Amino acid sequence: MKLVVAIVRPEKLSEVLEALFHAEVRGLTISRVQGHGGETERVETYRGTTVKMELSEKVRLEIGVSDHFVEPTVQAVLGAARTGLVGDGKVFVLPVEKVYRIRTGEEDQAAVTPVEAPVAAS
Amino acid sequence: MNGCDIAWMLVATSLVLMMTPALGFFYGGLVRGKNALNTIMMSFAALGFVGIAWALLGYTLAFDAGGALLGGLSHALLRGVGLEAQGTIPQVLFMAYQGSFAIITAALVSGAIVERMRFSAYLAFITLWCLLVYAPVAHWVWGGGWLAGLGTLDFAGGTVVHVNAAAAALVAALLLGPRKDYARRAILPHNVPFTLLGAGLLWFGWFGFNGGSALGANASAALAFVNTLLAPAATLSVWTLLDLGRSGRATAIGAATAAVVGLVAVTPAAGFVSPLAAIVLGGLAALPSYYGLLWRARTRLDDSLDVVAAHGLGGTVGALLTGVLAQKAWNGSADGLLFGNPRQLGIQALAVAITIAFSAAMTAGILKLLAMLMPLRAEPRDEGLGLDVSQHGEEAYARDEGAILILPDAGPRRVAERDLALAPEGGRS
Repeated sequence: MKLVVAIVRPEKLSEVLEALFHAEVRGLTISRVQGHGGETERVETYRGTTVKMELSEKVRLEIGVSDHFVEPTVQAVLGAARTGLVGDGKVFVLPVEKVYRIRTGEEDQAAVTPVEAPVAAS
Repeated sequence: MNGCDIAWMLVATSLVLMMTPALGFFYGGLVRGKNALNTIMMSFAALGFVGIAWALLGYTLAFDAGGALLGGLSHALLRGVGLEAQGTIPQVLFMAYQGSFAIITAALVSGAIVERMRFSAYLAFITLWCLLVYAPVAHWVWGGGWLAGLGTLDFAGGTVVHVNAAAAALVAALLLGPRKDYARRAILPHNVPFTLLGAGLLWFGWFGFNGGSALGANASAALAFVNTLLAPAATLSVWTLLDLGRSGRATAIGAATAAVVGLVAVTPAAGFVSPLAAIVLGGLAALPSYYGLLWRARTRLDDSLDVVAAHGLGGTVGALLTGVLAQKAWNGSADGLLFGNPRQLGIQALAVAITIAFSAAMTAGILKLLAMLMPLRAEPRDEGLGLDVSQHGEEAYARDEGAILILPDAGPRRVAERDLALAPEGGRS
């Protein structure tokens, strides 16, 4: 199992999510973060006070996947998040020691495998 | 001259002027947060650019006697616009009152082209549009031009202001093309309370827009004022019931839109119809705009904030119903279809059709001309980043984390470090 952490542009998030769903990656967590990755500086002026905005808005995705899903996940993010300009973000792949699914107590591989949609109780 | 009239028109002018920033908030709430300032600035900047264009040239083109199609130049650069009476108020005040109309009409167009137009191109566009489109149409209806000669009824500008702006908005949306995200992903309003605030302030200002169009503190102003209360109330009620019937939920953006649609619809009718007729007019006006909005959202036409559905359909319905519901017993001048004068409806329809054709053609011409001189649209990258940062170098909701102060003499230092240096006891924050 791996944890894929991707930092992407907020305006690219929809495309990234779309690509991930196409790659059948179902479980993920996102958070809005601020960061700096060598983008050209953004200068803003407020009533004569000029500031360089060092931090840009980014979105961080965390996706726990089983090993054979790592490549499709990474490729989906790389394909969808790229504009070719500085500031497109990063993808990190981290080893994962242990995963538990809280609802069932399942561990590891079983915990990161998406469940089939449960049949609606009637 | 009459002191009461002057006092009312001074107040009415300031009420109408307030409608432009109110429109900015109405529109600003409906866009994404990264374009909030740009959208509000599109209205706000009109206060300056259109205001000056109007005083220097627009007023004379609209209200100098001139010919049937266009005013002359005798009042260019405000020549001869002084304290002498124009009706019962000083001409300078009349010029300012009409100027506040020119400003908001140009600002209305911006709703169709938000989140993508370059700001400098927009400034050039509204300035030219005020002179080449608004001033001639105002002349036709109010300045003694040929539509006035035909007997067109347009109390406060249903055709001159709203139909005119909506036709321009449609053409501008088509020529600029849709936003790059339009119909590809969800684009949500970022601040619905702003939109309700804007709609509420528009309503408040509209009492000056319609009530002031009587150009005096008189019975006609009172009728227009009351109709400005009743018609939007009817539209708001009908719209809310339509919402409840369709989805079971009364939407806030729907309510804000409904109030504006009702105000637009009663604008041409305000001083011409009875209060009961205004309620009927307001209620009926909800229907085309309500379904027009639903239909538009399914098309490729990115009239982003629905200027056509709200102002075009609302203004057209209002202008036509004025030709149906006008009543001499209330206005002292003209009856409509319902009171035995079917010809009035034809005149109203002609005025609307001519205005749409003229405004659309001229707007296309202005935009084509500007496109030869400058790019009209922001770069796709800037559109993604948001026009607040790319066009204005500011953010509506800036955060100071990571902001480095650029001092004129010293090199850049972190804000936090500077604060600590100034306050050795531990910093203020």
